Amino acid sequence: MSEVTDEGAKKAIRVALCGNPNVGKSSLFNALTGSRQHVGNWPGVTVERKSGYRNYRGHRIEIVDLPGTYSLIASAKDEEVATRYIIEEDPDVVLQVVDSSNLERNLYLTMQLMEFGKPMVLAMNMSDITEERGDSLDLDALKRFLGTPAVRTVASQGIGLEDLLDAVVGAATKPPADRRVGYGELEATISDLREMIDKDGEISSRFSSRWMATRLIENDSYVRRLLSDRSIWQDIEPYLSRMDREESEMDLADSRYSVIDEVVVLSCRRCKPKRSVSDNMDRVLVHKYLGIPIFLILLWGAFELTFSAATPFMDLIDSGFAELGTWVADNVQPDWLASLMADGIIGGVGSVLIFLPNIIIMFLILGILEDSGYLARVAFLMDRLMNRIGLQGKSAIPLLMGFGCNIPAIMATRSIDDRKDRLITIMATPFMSCSARLPVFILFAGAFFSHMAGTIIFMMYMIGIVVAIVTAKLLRTFVFKGEPSAFIMELPPYRLPTIRSVGVHTWDRAYMYVRKAGTIILLGVVAIWALASLPFGVEYGGEDSWIAIIGKVFEPLVEPLGFDWRIAVALLFGFIAKEIVVGGLMTLYGAGESEDALTDALKADGSLNQVNAFGLMTFSLLYMPCVAAAGVIWGETRSWKWTLFSVAYGIAIAYVIALLIWQIGGPLFG
Amino acid sequence: MSLADPPVGGTVYVTSIRGSGSIRGRIMAMGLVPGTAVEIIRRAPLGDPLEVRVKGYNLSLRAQDALLVMVSSELPARARNDPKGLGGV
Repeated sequence: MSEVTDEGAKKAIRVALCGNPNVGKSSLFNALTGSRQHVGNWPGVTVERKSGYRNYRGHRIEIVDLPGTYSLIASAKDEEVATRYIIEEDPDVVLQVVDSSNLERNLYLTMQLMEFGKPMVLAMNMSDITEERGDSLDLDALKRFLGTPAVRTVASQGIGLEDLLDAVVGAATKPPADRRVGYGELEATISDLREMIDKDGEISSRFSSRWMATRLIENDSYVRRLLSDRSIWQDIEPYLSRMDREESEMDLADSRYSVIDEVVVLSCRRCKPKRSVSDNMDRVLVHKYLGIPIFLILLWGAFELTFSAATPFMDLIDSGFAELGTWVADNVQPDWLASLMADGIIGGVGSVLIFLPNIIIMFLILGILEDSGYLARVAFLMDRLMNRIGLQGKSAIPLLMGFGCNIPAIMATRSIDDRKDRLITIMATPFMSCSARLPVFILFAGAFFSHMAGTIIFMMYMIGIVVAIVTAKLLRTFVFKGEPSAFIMELPPYRLPTIRSVGVHTWDRAYMYVRKAGTIILLGVVAIWALASLPFGVEYGGEDSWIAIIGKVFEPLVEPLGFDWRIAVALLFGFIAKEIVVGGLMTLYGAGESEDALTDALKADGSLNQVNAFGLMTFSLLYMPCVAAAGVIWGETRSWKWTLFSVAYGIAIAYVIALLIWQIGGPLFG
Repeated sequence: MSLADPPVGGTVYVTSIRGSGSIRGRIMAMGLVPGTAVEIIRRAPLGDPLEVRVKGYNLSLRAQDALLVMVSSELPARARNDPKGLGGV
């Protein structure tokens, strides 16, 4: 079971950490491993893989945090990831975190885990809540009945960790208790299937045939794949198609829950959850008429807080980096090195860090809303609306956050468990007009639509929303077709969030942003700097710089949109951040640092009128928000394909709409 | 009658789960198995999804998925599969 590593007498124990969502699994993982964690991805899927270790009494205990699941039938990605880890990587101990205040549903996963035949340990978590409300859990009865060690824990306060580690070490050194759910009449079917599976020595020596037989009845795609290219499949498949598989599947679930009924009766006194406080809160928070207004007010408050609280920090970062840049420009020789350091690297690092206050504050608020259980209510409130556009309730938060800043919004899609829904939400979010696009709108609406600037800006937001909806619809119809994802979600009782858990959550996001997205952002910024500064000796972004040359190369391409090369260059600058479009135009129109001078220059120039100005605003709205957003899309999807798709699709949509505006609007109003 | 039908406040019992595919398995994993009592708590302000209480916790599901859950207002007399409990195999 355990193995001796080269480091001497230390024994390595590998632990798979399982559990339902919302049971404190992450808290327990963090409490057990501290900062000794490694975050990666499961091979081939965009599901995060967290692992960590703990040295305990001479053992090196390696813990892999499996995705939170309610069951282990490999039909969804998370379930398959968990199943495959337990089957293929053969951990020494399976540790399940159980919410003691919700035994019945939690034990369903236990019943399925027991079928793997591995040593198990149960962490009876949140036992404080259970005891507070006067239930008593008879751990000895539970242990006797299940044949599994069970330890009381309160992960959020670090209670019970040593006992739990002792139990893990104990379980790793003893053979597992051979306890399985008995399936009554179905046992005959199971033994028929086992007999067929056992004929294949290679398969049956690697996997438990009882586990495979039950999963076949439940139509588990992973087990079907394991067996479908074996010769025994020729007997198994007709057998499965002859039986009433659906009825049998129901019987399996039924038997598991009957066993659970017995466990609960034997081990729990007064274990009937009372949720009076939570239910009373819900009477207001998801009230028929009050629910949605309360949500909108809370959302508005969150925005206000995020931006008002972040602004001083952002100004500090901005001026700090500007000052540093000026100092470098004045004191470093030669000039090209000063420019590389000031405009390229310092500017680049600055443009990564500038979003950090936003991200930290947004995720502190979001973490509180999530841990308290309110985000599940938001999904409940908004699901109908979101479902209409091919999304689900949990997509509402990222989309609405997108109006503030797309970056934390895209990162917030992590709460969407369905992979397809999450990808569609990520692809739709960049069209929600973030605050960085506002300066561009203000400039052009002010210069060309002074009498109706507000209406024009409002139209931009509306165009963004429509494009986001159409994008979601298109992806749902043509790319992610097939069975629509069900919306079956637990509404957990309201809980007081802990500082520790919200802090860890926020730190995780901030770290991911700086480390993963930051690299790409920096690369993008330095590339744009190089194009604007080369060849040596040109004015930054001036007429002879490479970026201007590229702008001129692109001129024939943007001409049908009514843009000249200067606009093309400004749009290239806009890849760094949308507000730089304005700064880029100032350089190109020789307007210095004054926005009023730029307004006059734009009006006097004659190459822009209301129609192509509107087209330019639309183009700025729709093409890639900024290199940081692309970096975050890569960080979240871990897919170059989807990152490139998002960028290319945004540019294509922007191009087509601006083209239509100029080609149709030009002759009409121009 | 399906779980999408009963009025808010009522309690019904699951008789069977229709349909096929992964949704069915998910519904059952969440505790909606034959014989289980389900209390209808509320509908979302926009009419959908539905919030129910099952096995002591609150679950929300869309009417479209609730259609797969067949229920009756009385505890069904369905001959229960007779499990042997936990034991060594």
